[in-house]
Amino acid sequence: MKFCLAGNPNSGKTTLFNALTGSTAHVGNWPGVTVDKREGSYKKLPEKVHIVDLPGIYSLSPYTPEEVVSRNFILDEKPDVIINIVDATNLERNLYLSTQLLETDVPMVIALNMMDAVEKNGDVVDKDKIEKTFGVPVVEISALKGKNINQLMKVAYDVSQKPRKGSSVIESSSLLKSLFQKTLTLYGEESCQNKVFHAVKMLEADELEVQLYPQIATITAELKKEIDAKSFDDDFGAVVADARYCFLSQHVQSAVKKAKRQEVSKSDKADRVLTHRIWGIPLFLLIMFGIFHFTFAEDFLFLNGIFGLEITNPGWINFFTGMGYEGMLEEALETGEAVVLGGIPSLGVWLQSWMGWLTGSIIDLFAGWLESAPAWLSGLICDGLLSGLDAIFSFLPQILLLFLFLSILEDSGYMARAAFIMDRAFRKFGLSGKAFMPLLMCFGCGVPGVMATKTLENEKERRMTMMIAPFFSCGAKLPIWLAFAGVMFAGQFGDLVVFSVYLIGIVVAIIAAIILKFTVLKGATPPFIMELPSYHLPQFRNLMAHLWEKLKHFIIKAGTIITASIVVIWFLSNFGFTFWNGMVEDIELSILGQIGNVIKYIFYPLGFAQGPDGWKFVVASITGLLAKEDVVATMEVLAGGAGLEAMIGGLSVAGAYSFMLFNLLAVPCMAMVAAVYGEMGSGKRTWGAIGFWVLTAYVVSMVVYWSVSYWWIGLILIVAVIAALTVLYLRNKKKRKAVAV
Amino acid sequence: MKKLLNEFAPGEIGVVAKIENCGKIKRRLYDMGVTPGAEIKLVKVAPLGDPLCIMLRGYELSVRRDEAKEVTMEVEG
Repeated sequence: MKFCLAGNPNSGKTTLFNALTGSTAHVGNWPGVTVDKREGSYKKLPEKVHIVDLPGIYSLSPYTPEEVVSRNFILDEKPDVIINIVDATNLERNLYLSTQLLETDVPMVIALNMMDAVEKNGDVVDKDKIEKTFGVPVVEISALKGKNINQLMKVAYDVSQKPRKGSSVIESSSLLKSLFQKTLTLYGEESCQNKVFHAVKMLEADELEVQLYPQIATITAELKKEIDAKSFDDDFGAVVADARYCFLSQHVQSAVKKAKRQEVSKSDKADRVLTHRIWGIPLFLLIMFGIFHFTFAEDFLFLNGIFGLEITNPGWINFFTGMGYEGMLEEALETGEAVVLGGIPSLGVWLQSWMGWLTGSIIDLFAGWLESAPAWLSGLICDGLLSGLDAIFSFLPQILLLFLFLSILEDSGYMARAAFIMDRAFRKFGLSGKAFMPLLMCFGCGVPGVMATKTLENEKERRMTMMIAPFFSCGAKLPIWLAFAGVMFAGQFGDLVVFSVYLIGIVVAIIAAIILKFTVLKGATPPFIMELPSYHLPQFRNLMAHLWEKLKHFIIKAGTIITASIVVIWFLSNFGFTFWNGMVEDIELSILGQIGNVIKYIFYPLGFAQGPDGWKFVVASITGLLAKEDVVATMEVLAGGAGLEAMIGGLSVAGAYSFMLFNLLAVPCMAMVAAVYGEMGSGKRTWGAIGFWVLTAYVVSMVVYWSVSYWWIGLILIVAVIAALTVLYLRNKKKRKAVAV
Repeated sequence: MKKLLNEFAPGEIGVVAKIENCGKIKRRLYDMGVTPGAEIKLVKVAPLGDPLCIMLRGYELSVRRDEAKEVTMEVEG
């Protein structure tokens, strides 16, 4: 049997789905977290039930891809029951969708969710009245607390045993009743199901319906002329929507008794501060900064920078640096200075240092075991596999922490406000505030970011968001910045180096968006009609589910593609073309060394391919196209005895920036390419995106390299870019004016 | 008195009289409950002056000024 969950975004469908199937799908307080349908099974009924969680929708009109997915599923896949989940704290708008679902012939049950919140407010909902009005069973549940959900499934099972015929609230509209019945008889000869649904959609002049039955459409259009709908400008979509809401306000308002409420709810109070006219934007920036500070700061709360806090106690230093005292002592003995830790690290840095200690100990352990093993085996395991994985795993705590903070923002409902605050700024670049969330997710990982673009209604906005998504520095790229930050400028301005890369990524994304807006992706600015859900405290269970999802993804990736590529790189960098002769002494003679030394010429204009280690950077960048974790892992393997730091130290500042920017902007990883292909659904467009990323990376790196090397080149380029943008802007303005006239 | 929704001041309440034709967006507004006769309160304006946050049918919705100027409201006085 097949049951499907349908309902408004943010009505608790995914929470119910998780409660029913025991899975840990991603839930958030953001309209449209379920962007594709999801499936699971429920086993407590006489028959095994297959449960499909449809994306949240407001209507069955084909307005967004999610609505089309849901509509097609209900009409074509013929589920046995629709479980219509309804937010009981917001009945009127939620039941608007129910009036449309009722028009299909699929058996249906209404689940009144969030009844606990209704009771807490002191409101009363008359369940029997809703049952009578809609003619389908209604069950009160709380998906969050798992209350009554087995009861709901029993009722759903009983309902599935009896066929149902669609019914429409249009029948009670005096204006539309006869028109509806005439249209319905036109479908009498067609051999289709869900006749009532089709007839109503035809009245609405729904695009998909008109395409499907052009003959009926012509007759209906004639019939409509007899009806006076002048007050609606003869827009029957509006007439039908109005009829639905009229029906709901007649029947539903009397079913709800609202308790007297305090003038200002807690959610409103929070909102007054967070979206304040003056404080809203500074607070938003402060929250963002706070998150990055908690995750990446070496000097937490600037205790050292401002208050001059220094720690000298070896025990505390070991505690804060993950047993780092000994290493610091050695370094100090060389320079003759005292061992001092400047300030305490942030949570992210602190966890990272202990993770480093853990992975370091594991490597030492293996090295001890493999001491007497053949050179190729200990080389493969210690220098190849383990040090490669170590370079990646030690950053896992920071990636997870960043993700946790983003989840808290999402779950609490703040993200929707952030979109609200930022919309005006985003519009300038041809995006809407809704693109904010997918793009912010890209700081964690681009793959969920690209998948979240499904919530955008406008196809051009979706494509544009995906095109600029990789420019936002994701968690996998962080190890590269950190490795460079520790070496450049003698490691003094580490956080500024990392920050500058993030910033350049954002600037490039903005410029790219503007260029796309005026060239490939021309069109009207997308609309911004978005629900702002009430704030609520994030649920611990949800947060842990998010983290678990992320961790699982990371481990699978590390265990498969990354491990495989490390092994391949290790082999290619330790054996020559005549690999049967054994390992090569000089890495330049290895397969990778020889290939790298040929293709490095392509990268000469970027400034990092020159020099004896140049080909290593080239090879690292190319492996980075598969997965960004590979970049540091590859460099670690290729650096050999001299070490990673010495290798990076060989680059000039311009060359180092050029390398980082190439890796920031080029194809992020194969998983991202697959995700973009999935969303764009076209090989041509995906290749277009890949070309766009590589080209942007190449051009930006080259420009930055030459500008940093010779300031006058930079100056000329900046003037040229400003001039070009002005010309584009003016030309577009003229065109718009011409259209307006 | 007739007034456009984008001319509302925060806290002002009115009833939707008519939505001018603006294609798909109009349909979306209807689906979200912005239909003739619906009571709407302008809750607040975003810090940069746009979009607007409106309250209707017991929930909060964000719309841009561009969309709000298509909505004609009937207000008292």
